[in-house]
Amino acid sequence: MDNLLSIITFIPAVAAGILALFLRGEDAAAQRNAKWLALLATTATFLVSLFVLVGFDPANTDFQFVEEFDWILGLKYKMGVDGISVLFVMLTTFLMPITIAACWEVETRVKEYMIAFLMLETLMLGVFCALDLVLFYLFFEAGLIPMFLIIGIWGGKERIYAAFKFFLYTFLGSVLMLVAMIMMYWDAGTTDIPSLLAHTFGSESFSILGVHVVGGLQTMLWLAFFASFAVKMPMWPVHTWLPDAHVQAPTAGSVVLAAILLKMGGYGFLRFSLPMFPIASDLLAPLVFWMSAIAIVYTSLVALAQSDMKKLIAYSSVAHMGYVTMGIFTANQQGIDGAIFQMLSHGFISGALFLCVGVIYDRMHTREIDAYGGLVNRMPAYAMIFMFFTMANVGLPGTSGFIGEFLVLMGIFQVNTWVAVVATTGVILSAAYALWLYRRVVMGELLKEALKSITDMTKREKAIFAPLVAMTLLLGIYPALVTDIIGPSVSALITDYHAAIPASAEAQLAQH
Amino acid sequence: MTAVDFNTVLPEFVLAAYAMAALLFGVYTGKDKTAPMLVWATSGLFLALALYIGLAGEGERAAFGGMFIDDPFARFAKVIILVSGAAVMLMSQDYMTRRDLLRFEFPILISLATIGMMMMVSAGDLMSLYMGLELQSLSLYVVAAMRRDSQKSSEAGLKYFVLGALSSGLFLYGASLTYGFAGTTSFAGILSTLVAGEVPVGLTFGLVFMLSALAFKVSAAPFHMWTPDVYEGSPTPVTAFFATAPKVAAMALIARLTHDAFGTVSGDWGQVLAALAVVSMFLGAVAAIGQRDIKRLMAYSSIAHMGFALVGLASGTAEGVQAMLIYMAIYVTMNVGTFAFILSMERDGRPVTDINSLNMFSRKEPLKALALLVLMFSLAGVPPMVGFFGKFYVLQAAVDAGMTWLAVAGAVASVIGAFYYLRIVFFMYFGKETDTADSNMAPVQWVVMVAVSAIMVLGIINLFGIEPMAAVAAEALVR
Repeated sequence: MDNLLSIITFIPAVAAGILALFLRGEDAAAQRNAKWLALLATTATFLVSLFVLVGFDPANTDFQFVEEFDWILGLKYKMGVDGISVLFVMLTTFLMPITIAACWEVETRVKEYMIAFLMLETLMLGVFCALDLVLFYLFFEAGLIPMFLIIGIWGGKERIYAAFKFFLYTFLGSVLMLVAMIMMYWDAGTTDIPSLLAHTFGSESFSILGVHVVGGLQTMLWLAFFASFAVKMPMWPVHTWLPDAHVQAPTAGSVVLAAILLKMGGYGFLRFSLPMFPIASDLLAPLVFWMSAIAIVYTSLVALAQSDMKKLIAYSSVAHMGYVTMGIFTANQQGIDGAIFQMLSHGFISGALFLCVGVIYDRMHTREIDAYGGLVNRMPAYAMIFMFFTMANVGLPGTSGFIGEFLVLMGIFQVNTWVAVVATTGVILSAAYALWLYRRVVMGELLKEALKSITDMTKREKAIFAPLVAMTLLLGIYPALVTDIIGPSVSALITDYHAAIPASAEAQLAQH
Repeated sequence: MTAVDFNTVLPEFVLAAYAMAALLFGVYTGKDKTAPMLVWATSGLFLALALYIGLAGEGERAAFGGMFIDDPFARFAKVIILVSGAAVMLMSQDYMTRRDLLRFEFPILISLATIGMMMMVSAGDLMSLYMGLELQSLSLYVVAAMRRDSQKSSEAGLKYFVLGALSSGLFLYGASLTYGFAGTTSFAGILSTLVAGEVPVGLTFGLVFMLSALAFKVSAAPFHMWTPDVYEGSPTPVTAFFATAPKVAAMALIARLTHDAFGTVSGDWGQVLAALAVVSMFLGAVAAIGQRDIKRLMAYSSIAHMGFALVGLASGTAEGVQAMLIYMAIYVTMNVGTFAFILSMERDGRPVTDINSLNMFSRKEPLKALALLVLMFSLAGVPPMVGFFGKFYVLQAAVDAGMTWLAVAGAVASVIGAFYYLRIVFFMYFGKETDTADSNMAPVQWVVMVAVSAIMVLGIINLFGIEPMAAVAAEALVR
């Protein structure tokens, strides 16, 4: 199977096409068919993607499963995965069936809803597989369209504002990236990602309009990419679109947004910023460190003050993404391993937390923390699962959340002790807001009249959480599952990175 | 007139002869009763000519002592002009018949305007250029005022005429300066004067005046004032025509003039075009935000799009010309599709153009809403729609020519511009359900709209092979 990656990328798109063209009507039967077809397609994608995982050779640090065709304007349609991207592909295919199952209760415009999610899956997989700059950009940008519609059509009260904010924020970031990509093409003469990884971009300082640019072209390109990925991550201070988008998006939309879409930013840093512009990365790493440290502390504090559950979890996501950016730019094995691990684990945990909110939102139609309390009395199974993911979010040893944070903190400690100290306080703060949320929602006496008849989770809901619980535990207990696959690619990346930085810069760095 | 000359201008000649014959026919028969038939016949002739030019044209030929040039560049532009003209006429016919607007002069005037445009893109001399320009403009002034009993339409026609005449004056002034300093009106002659020695300051002045006049025609800011009013006031089919073929012709003319006559001083006009481009992109993007009328909105949208096409030209390279041609082809296609929809918007049989009337349109007509959604995202330049590739090409041309700042400006402007396209999507999909307009589509309009939106999605595969053709066309112009 030479075209395995294209097959998994386009199975959802084909299913979306079938839904759009052949499924008629709005009645219950049509809705059921749409849901089943979507579930079938995403499950099939997951099963096929297992072949990629099985056939993947971790020891080989080159791109694998490569496929290449000519396309317009000397561009190429080129797909492939390496140790860094393969697990993101798996994360996406793994989470999508769960997401589809989680929106089983949707009743308005079911067909369009399913089409939007299926298209989104295709585009997300495309981002992680693309090995051509423009192809990458295409998938990266096109993902905005279904997400814009998902938030705008099926979202909450303020959905319009949130949809526009989401779209324009991320669009602005990415068009700057597009200009940078064109400049890279102009400089290197190719848009092929493997060739660009081997190309050295100029780093001689120059002046524009009286501004002295240290690191030259690399710095300019780095900043343009940063504009895009930092918004996507999102990093403080450009994170403000995320809480709005999350709060207004339907549950499944939030899950996809937190669990997969945010990871595109981190993936972008690993694929482009770090290996292609090593000198600029080295120069600007302190900036990233401090922005991340501020993000961790500041957004954790903001999370403490939230009265809306989804907003709280959204801010917690920003804080956790702070660890990721920090880990990536440490450029050492622990840091980057930790960052990737944290992204995968956050995919499971934050997805599950949004689903937890969805469970009670479906019953009570409010996300206000004050509207709840004492749920444990009526919903023991829910209390159990929510407890588990709260602990995972806090980073309790034994869950995957711990491994990621711990590795990142180890990585950053070797590079910048002060940042490590500040970031570590985030661990305490995250325990504070997560546990406090749990206490207010689940514990205590059941006093609210409206909650007296609330029912515990159904079998379907339990089934949705089961794989997430399993993955969180599995990765927490046996992290080598992940690190064995990403390790060789990451260490090759680090070797190249340090080889590219002149010795003087290294020495300078050591003094810090 | 030798046989070779005749052969070169055959398509123009056929069209001119047809226009005269149709006029006689219309006058001596049932007048407006024959109009629908004339529309079909004219569109058919346009398509046949496009086919002829596209398939039979070969190499480069000049007629009338270099006054008229037939090269791949001219042919590329002519095919776009003819096909879009035919499409616009076909989809207008139903609209005009139902509103009792269809006069038999309409297809004839459009034919005459089209001959003018074909002259413009083939011009090899300032004289033939001006002739084509005026033939086009005069026909269009009349068409703009075609709804005689409407104050708005008459106002549009008059406004268009006054400002158009002003721009003609500017052009003539520039052309006479050029003639005075170069001693010739032929493009080749002007070019050899420039090559020979220092650039006389009079030529630079002449060039700037002529570019300003042409900026009027493509409605590039700051010469765009007439556009929103004329677009709004003219009957919608006429607006659809204004937004498509004449823009291609004028843009091609700018390319022709700058490269054929002033090719050696690309630094001089590059700056002028870059300035026009930046102002147009931003003005188009910002001013459209406040618009409530979809025709005015499309006017500002076209100003912004012209800005992008000018970015390609400003780079002054063959690649830039190619980017401009591809951009214009995509732009025209998108606009034809969008106007097919705008033509069909009505409430109780009366046309509406208020974008509020699209509220929750997606519930009423899911397929049309989806097609319009694709078109809007394409106009905004969001991948994977074809509109993105147009922007990509021009930005790339700018970066390659060392004008990164221009590319950055274009990128920023496209984000601002995305807002108002998104707002149409917003009304269709997220709005409130209050008296939504109907969409009463003739089969032709439906086919055009659905086909165009399919092109916008499927074009991603290979852009329908337009890229190598545009490359050949651009190479013919830039040597």
